[in-house]
Amino acid sequence: MILNGSEIIVKVLLEEGVDTVFGYPGGSVLNIYDALYKHSNEIHHYMTAHEQGAAHAADGYARATGKTGVCIATSGPGATNLVTGIATAYMDSVPLVAITGNVATSLIGRDSFQEVYIAGITMPITKHNFVVRDVSELASTLRRAFRIAHSGRFGPVLVDIPKDVTAALADYEPPVKEQESEKEKEYDNLEEVAAAINSAKRPFVYCGGGIRLSRAEDIVREFIKKADAPASHTLMAAGVLGYGDQNNLGMLGMHGMFSGNKAVDEADVIIALGTRFSDRVALNTQQFGRRAKIIHIDIDNSEINKNVICDYSVIGDIKDVLEKLLPLIKEQRRDDWHGMIDEWKKQDYVPVDSPEDSHNLKPHQIIRAVCQMAGEDAMYVTDVGQHQMWAAQYISHVRKGSFLTSGGLGTMGYGYGASLGAAVAVEGKRPVIMFTGDGSFHMNMNEACTAVSYNLPVITVILNNQVLGMVRQWQSAFYDRRFASSEPERKTDYKTVAEGFGAVGYHCETLAEFKAAFAEALTLGRPVWIECLIDREEKALPMIPAGGTVDDTLFN
Amino acid sequence: MENEKHYMVLLVENNAGVLTRVSSLFCQRGFNIDTLTVASTDHPGISRITISFCGNDKTYRQLIKQTEKLTETKMVIPIEPEFGILRELLLVKIETNPENSEQIKNLAVNNHFKVVDQSVGCVVLEMTGEPSHIDLMLGLLKPFKVLEMCRTGVTALERGKVTYCF
Repeated sequence: MILNGSEIIVKVLLEEGVDTVFGYPGGSVLNIYDALYKHSNEIHHYMTAHEQGAAHAADGYARATGKTGVCIATSGPGATNLVTGIATAYMDSVPLVAITGNVATSLIGRDSFQEVYIAGITMPITKHNFVVRDVSELASTLRRAFRIAHSGRFGPVLVDIPKDVTAALADYEPPVKEQESEKEKEYDNLEEVAAAINSAKRPFVYCGGGIRLSRAEDIVREFIKKADAPASHTLMAAGVLGYGDQNNLGMLGMHGMFSGNKAVDEADVIIALGTRFSDRVALNTQQFGRRAKIIHIDIDNSEINKNVICDYSVIGDIKDVLEKLLPLIKEQRRDDWHGMIDEWKKQDYVPVDSPEDSHNLKPHQIIRAVCQMAGEDAMYVTDVGQHQMWAAQYISHVRKGSFLTSGGLGTMGYGYGASLGAAVAVEGKRPVIMFTGDGSFHMNMNEACTAVSYNLPVITVILNNQVLGMVRQWQSAFYDRRFASSEPERKTDYKTVAEGFGAVGYHCETLAEFKAAFAEALTLGRPVWIECLIDREEKALPMIPAGGTVDDTLFN
Repeated sequence: MENEKHYMVLLVENNAGVLTRVSSLFCQRGFNIDTLTVASTDHPGISRITISFCGNDKTYRQLIKQTEKLTETKMVIPIEPEFGILRELLLVKIETNPENSEQIKNLAVNNHFKVVDQSVGCVVLEMTGEPSHIDLMLGLLKPFKVLEMCRTGVTALERGKVTYCF
């Protein structure tokens, strides 16, 4: 079948099961958009306000569905606007295929209008990228891009396609179904690993985002139960552990629970699952798990011994490894160890509540109210900063894969795009709640127009402390309260701005007002902003300063 | 942990940009390449890159894993100097005058330099050898005025019968 490049792109997207893409049109992708127009009943295209929003939306969609997200942008500024979104996906191992147009091959390298070498720019932030110079290689390259994005450790792949290639003709043949003979993977040290766990007196499970990517939540929970091992999760693994589970010690690391961080310090065996000992968890790599033998299970060999040296390592998909490891684990109770942890739990940070009608509105109370009212089905998205930490700490029930946040890159402005992607993914069947701060929200609040265009009922809860809270918190703690550029004195009226975009806005100063507004928002089925005024002195606590240990924990 | 000289060979897909990807990775991870050579091989579509760099053992192992992760990498072969054949080519242009030309000629003959060009006032010598040997020979040339010199960087093979399948 002879087709032009753009038709071939659409065909391959359909082959890959893609029915949703996010993007923004422009000169170099006009042919692609023309093909998408013809196939608009098969592939839904969501046009965002800015390409960054499209990249984050594709990322949010991918995290929410488990499928590969797709975004499209034109050459030059369209492509560079994707960069932060691609880097965000790269740091959090999100499967993403970014398609960029480029100037025609005859114009490449001549500083043509809207030309940029996006393959060079994105080399360090993609798993791999391609420039397709020949239409005959287009289909195979795109198929390969999808395979790379969604195999091994997931990640973004960029495919750059010059405009003439999108118009050139080639013979398109549907793919030959390859009989994938998945070879059963064998691990040679599981007996040893199991022996270490079985003989441990104080085992501890350190859960990372890899568990989510591997969809291994159930077996991890089973493992923790059988080994009776307390466990903590990283920011990326929020929702991996059951909230009612006694063994769930909450979040680990810089803003993690004291009890969990203390357990790492005192454990004799640490089982690290799908995680990379980042500097927000292993703040001090020399001291992290200093009394423990460390078992590291991860799909990416290059993570082993990168930050923290381990004693045992298993390279493989978490789910597969645990399925083989679990039968070797001895079921036992570890009461002494739990006794120690219960003592530390008494020292965990507990925030102080305000009365319902107090104008001292507390972040943790807002988040708890959201959790109670939105129900167990809700999908949560955050931006980056204090509100993100509060959300991770105080959300008390998350369905698997339903807490979307930019963990690795820490991208302020991630939230709105990602929540649009999430809202598309859940098709209105589940509430999508986004927590943001006034700093993060100002970065990409323009995506409200997208939410309105497609009526994506994202409820945005803006914790407005009128400052850049996390920056200010560090300035308070480590810079003698010199608040350089963290108190911008903005006068944004969120309710009015929301209404200006065609969304619904609320302004709340008490918990009672917030509850009323949120209850109403849940019934509207429209994009809503709820601004909550909070105190600028609110802190994300507890906190271990960078490079510190649990002994350095700050509680106020 | 001491910094030591390390050598590694990468067999990679011979695509446009593959060299950039490898060197960008080193740069991104904060590792400094000392020498790098690249050329096509007898396998169609496969290029061979030999890299030497200084670093400790942990860095070296991490780098091997990171380069293995690149999509276009087919194989990474760490080369231990005692089990590998390491070679480097040196070209050096030396200023000559009637007084020293005989001396230079003798030095070349005694140390297996090849005289590849003789012009008025200068001579170009060539030598292939292990990098450490090249260093040594450059030392011998110290008494003379070196006008220009270039080294290719290390290229390496493992000893013994090894075959790679792609």
